[in-house]
Amino acid sequence: MDNLLQIQNGQAVSRADIPDLDFAVFQQAVLDATRHSGFVVQFFAYEDEQSALKLIAVIRCGQVLYVAGCSLAEEYPSFTLECEKFHMFEREIAEQFGVRPKDHPWLKMVRYHENCRGKDDIFGNDYSQDIPGNYPYFTVDGDAIHEVAVGPVHAGIIEPGHFRFQCAGEKVFSLEIQLGYQHRGAEKLLEQAGQHRNRLPVIAESIAGDTAIGHSLCHSQAIEALAGLEVDEGAKIVRTIALELERIANHIGDLGALSGDVAFNPPLAYFGRIRGEFLNLMLTMAGNRFGKGLVRPGGIAFPVLEEQRQIMRNKIKDETPGIVNVCDLLFSAHTVIARFEHTGTVPRAIAEKLGLVGYAGRASGLPYDARITYPTEAYAQVEPNSNERTVGDVFSRANVRHEEIMHSLRAIPKLLAKEVDAEPIAVPVSYTLAPDSFVVTINEGWRGEVSHCLLTDKDGSILRYKVKDPSFHNWTGLAMSLRNQGISDFPLCNKSFNLSYCGFDL
Amino acid sequence: MLKVIQNRREQGYRTTKYPKEPINLYSRYRGLPTVHQDCDKELARQCAEACPQQAIDVDKMLIDIGRCTFCGQCEIQSQGKLVTFSNNFELGTSSREAMFTSGSLPALAEHSKKHFKSLFGRSLQLRQISAGGCNSCEADTNVLGTPFFDLQRFGIDFVASPRHADGIHVTGPISNNMKAAVLSTYEAVPAPKVVIASGCCSISGGPFWGSKDVVGDLNSLIPVDLYIPGCPPHPMTTLHALLQYFK
Repeated sequence: MDNLLQIQNGQAVSRADIPDLDFAVFQQAVLDATRHSGFVVQFFAYEDEQSALKLIAVIRCGQVLYVAGCSLAEEYPSFTLECEKFHMFEREIAEQFGVRPKDHPWLKMVRYHENCRGKDDIFGNDYSQDIPGNYPYFTVDGDAIHEVAVGPVHAGIIEPGHFRFQCAGEKVFSLEIQLGYQHRGAEKLLEQAGQHRNRLPVIAESIAGDTAIGHSLCHSQAIEALAGLEVDEGAKIVRTIALELERIANHIGDLGALSGDVAFNPPLAYFGRIRGEFLNLMLTMAGNRFGKGLVRPGGIAFPVLEEQRQIMRNKIKDETPGIVNVCDLLFSAHTVIARFEHTGTVPRAIAEKLGLVGYAGRASGLPYDARITYPTEAYAQVEPNSNERTVGDVFSRANVRHEEIMHSLRAIPKLLAKEVDAEPIAVPVSYTLAPDSFVVTINEGWRGEVSHCLLTDKDGSILRYKVKDPSFHNWTGLAMSLRNQGISDFPLCNKSFNLSYCGFDL
Repeated sequence: MLKVIQNRREQGYRTTKYPKEPINLYSRYRGLPTVHQDCDKELARQCAEACPQQAIDVDKMLIDIGRCTFCGQCEIQSQGKLVTFSNNFELGTSSREAMFTSGSLPALAEHSKKHFKSLFGRSLQLRQISAGGCNSCEADTNVLGTPFFDLQRFGIDFVASPRHADGIHVTGPISNNMKAAVLSTYEAVPAPKVVIASGCCSISGGPFWGSKDVVGDLNSLIPVDLYIPGCPPHPMTTLHALLQYFK
């Protein structure tokens, strides 16, 4: 670790202070850190002011965050061979910049778009052709094998993606997930030269609309660090409450959907309605059910005073007994337990190898929670949560969500009880970013670790804006959970992860 | 079983009586905006320049609710002198032009195609296509199926197959990677069929306007019949638009 620079979540550092290592030294140091206890937070390429290609790694080891960089050649020995945690990151770099990780075990496209340097495509795709281009999906041969292809347009009101199952009868040998259908070029828009700064929070909120608060917090904290903006105590409390409301709303909706997927309809109906109550609380603060417009660099855009606090207190008090009872109904029904238990298991060893985050990681026995490890906003005042069942099956993922709902329902009233009035800042906010700087921000969004990373050039313009949604780690976990499962359990496994397509596709 | 009955009793009946009884959203909800014509031009220019969506036309003193994300910045910046957002969630329109507004919209029911009402007034089945959206439009369309809204009581539902559908409901700025899927889903719906663009992304690209990775305007691919603005549209906006346009 001696070669890596220790940094703090959301604290700007000078780019000159980031160790610029020799590639071999960099690779050795980063692999040493991640092979066992360390995890990859960010691993991305960028072109510096002289158009030289650079690589940056942000690694977390326990409580500590490290960063290091190096120059990147057109071809380099793959990190993934040594450590699976890099697998998707290396594919992303190959797609975005047209560089080849040599001997990468599964070098296929991620989001299906041309690289930004005008280099020959690593995957040999012609992008005037539709996705998946010339990629031959993974197949299993054999007389008894059949293939099921689903998507991109799915049977419900959900985002697009393509799923390929290789099955023998009901049993799934392999699930291949091809995303990219939601690719909107979010990173490119965020770092586009001359981009209007007022657009950035609006784009950040729409990276994944169900994580609008998670992503806009990462964005705002990064800008605040680079521009030296101070956020007052009241705004920090409101931003914390908003992130917890987002967590409650999504978890409640998903518990209902899980119940529906095992044909137990009462919780589906009740949780569907209750989820809406929490979206309406978000509207009470933000004027928008997903919290869009609320978080802006420097604070919040709307006042949250006694009137709003009272609405939230009352609603949480009114709804909590119902949530407790419906959860009891769900988790004590034998038919539900029989379907949740031992379904879609991702054992701890696999979860650790893949670097799963959020409730998917916690349900598999990886306790990491960014609210505890790298607390932002008012999280230092929030008590940690703990999880009882962590064997990696659907039941564990559902139970972790149940525990997180109850935890958030206890945490929000405590934050409200501080009775701090949160005054808005004047929007639009004008600011100057520190030149030649670097910052990484991490927040525990409802799905897990959301992270934004910004690099500025000598004029204080954004040189690189890297976004990572927790789904980037966890989609592979879903594919693994389907190994040797009945294909009819796919909806259940899928909903227990409920990953973001747009957050992944950017 | 006893728990099922106990929960059923506790949860009660929660379905809204809308449209027989009006629904009032919390005052902070930002719905139909008004552009104050007497606003100082210099202030108006500053707000228009700062608008992330470039949705304000200062010369005509109009706001384009097909581009607007209803973030509320212009209202805060002008302290309500240029724009104020009302509580009115009735935002659906049948033409793109009507979305350039100073504060009023044409009555949607009168601008519906008459044959749509006779064809789909009693039963409307829609195929939803998410095409590059951020999943908030999708999520707030999905909630129409929850007991509070209970969309099915109006004979309207979202179905799995385009073959079973009377039309498509599209969200998102139509990413290049979804363009082919949008077109083939549209083609798979039997005619006569309706096309609904929901959310500012499908109308103008939304927050992703200017990206080379999106089409940005559903109407440039297929003719749109009904527009539902918002980022995302409030479920009441969608419900109101569907009922006015088809019932």
